[in-house]
Amino acid sequence: MELIWQGIFKAVELVFGGDSEVWAITWLSLKISATATLISLLLGIPLGILLALSRFPGRAIAVALVNTGMGLPPVVVGLFISILLWRSGPLGFLELIYTPSAMIIAQVVIAFPIVAGLTMASFQSLDPNLALQLLGIGASKLQALWLLCKEARLPLLAAVMAGFGGVISEVGASMMVGGNIRAQTRVLTTATVLETSKGNFDIAIALGLILLALCFALNFLLTHIQQRGQMRWPRLS
Amino acid sequence: MAEALLALRDIRVQHGATTALEVSSFDVHAGEVVAVIGPNGAGKSTLLRVMGLLQQPGSGSVYFRGEQATPKNSLEMRRCMASVFQEPLLLNGTVYANAALGLKLRGLPGDQIHKKLWPWLARLGIAHLTSRQVRTLSGGEAQRTSLARGLVLDPDLILLDEPFSALDAPTREALLLDLREILAETRITTVMVTHDLQEAAALGERIGVLSQGKLLQLASQREIFTRPVSEGVAAIVGMETRIPGVIEQTAHGITTVRFNGGTARVRADFPPGAKVTLCIRPEDIDVNHYLGERNCPKEKICIRGNVLRISPSIAHYRIAIQAEFGCVTALASKSSFTELSLREGDDVSASFRLAAVHVI
Repeated sequence: MELIWQGIFKAVELVFGGDSEVWAITWLSLKISATATLISLLLGIPLGILLALSRFPGRAIAVALVNTGMGLPPVVVGLFISILLWRSGPLGFLELIYTPSAMIIAQVVIAFPIVAGLTMASFQSLDPNLALQLLGIGASKLQALWLLCKEARLPLLAAVMAGFGGVISEVGASMMVGGNIRAQTRVLTTATVLETSKGNFDIAIALGLILLALCFALNFLLTHIQQRGQMRWPRLS
Repeated sequence: MAEALLALRDIRVQHGATTALEVSSFDVHAGEVVAVIGPNGAGKSTLLRVMGLLQQPGSGSVYFRGEQATPKNSLEMRRCMASVFQEPLLLNGTVYANAALGLKLRGLPGDQIHKKLWPWLARLGIAHLTSRQVRTLSGGEAQRTSLARGLVLDPDLILLDEPFSALDAPTREALLLDLREILAETRITTVMVTHDLQEAAALGERIGVLSQGKLLQLASQREIFTRPVSEGVAAIVGMETRIPGVIEQTAHGITTVRFNGGTARVRADFPPGAKVTLCIRPEDIDVNHYLGERNCPKEKICIRGNVLRISPSIAHYRIAIQAEFGCVTALASKSSFTELSLREGDDVSASFRLAAVHVI
């Protein structure tokens, strides 16, 4: 118990005492994961919509691939991205290994299928005739698509939350392609692993708490938006 | 006749191996209300989607104001039409936002939308609901919102896909009456598909009969209900009694038809020996206790049989009678039924006037 309390005190001290390294690590984590989430949304939402609304040969395989991708183990992603970006690897000339860019690439690979899969599910939950109805009152195809996105915005927010939550908390891929280099690619999760292995539990707990607080704050915000004006379960006597 | 507002030519829609729709020609003229009836799965919704340019047919063409629809001009054409579906299909938001959507999609400024929309909201009796969220509406209110959303566009053609069938009876009745008045006032060209004969009869000036993707007949309401062209149409439009017979002789436009259990002299022109079907609507058939052949009035045809089944409804009793050739179905009003005090198994005489008989 002593250890935990110490950790919490230390965490408060580090956060509010303005420890510059902790803040830098937190900021880098946010930057990398937010960028990765944003790219995943840009790629995943169109793919999810395409899979939900159109029929083409190979669609079933694509859907199965996306669904499998939703559960990709980060270490496996780390392994393959490492091989690709390795100096002697096929994309080695880009010199990206052990940079934040490499971490963003790995996190996009992790988050993009999650976003695509949840987007597909949220569009499939809409009435299939809704698109026809919108076209039937004179919407252009683009207008209809935009209105459908707005209609599916609540489950789409879940896709954002799941995508971001998946990448900010993963450690395997970040460690492998980023290398946990101090002041360059060290993020909250890799730093937590390092400090724990060094026996610095207080700092590890502090970093862990910051990570939790970040996730909570973001999810609280998005959930608040999502749950506004939602149907309520009736109170039964 | 003037050029059709909307014309279908050689339309064919395949769903896998089955043909969902096969219509060689269908014209809708400006200002008319056409109702299309048919059982579930007849292709009614597909027909309406093709007309509304919401589904591209496998082959064939759609002409709007004489111009063939193509992917290039279809948006422009769709903006002259409005579709209303069985489900109201509203978006999350207020009644006002939903009813205004079509005008907004056309880029109209807010004050013009306001000016156009209010009369329709008032006309459809939903003006007091404008700020309500649509998920709190009743089925009838939601469908009125959907209708307002379509009507405010002042479309050249409005397409109604079973707009009343998800509503309960009193709500449906009220909305049907309102819509009938609105269509009579505005003369908006309308195509409505429905499986309900009452709705078709209430709105349709011309009626089309669709079955298994094929347009069996398209004619005036009177023609459809009294002179169906085939047994299939007769069955769909409610000519429940169909008596198979053979023409015995024809003279001066009067034909004698022999059927199992009697003969009938009807106004028709068929060669002797031709196989025909006599069709009679249930409301044209009277039922009485059988009192012998002599009691049949001269101007009527009488058929003897046994009461097979009596099914009550609110205003009528439906009486199924087993005759020698098959089944006769008659509708009796509550009062006349009570007077007769019929029971299943009774020996009865079903009679109908010659004019009520349609020969196919």
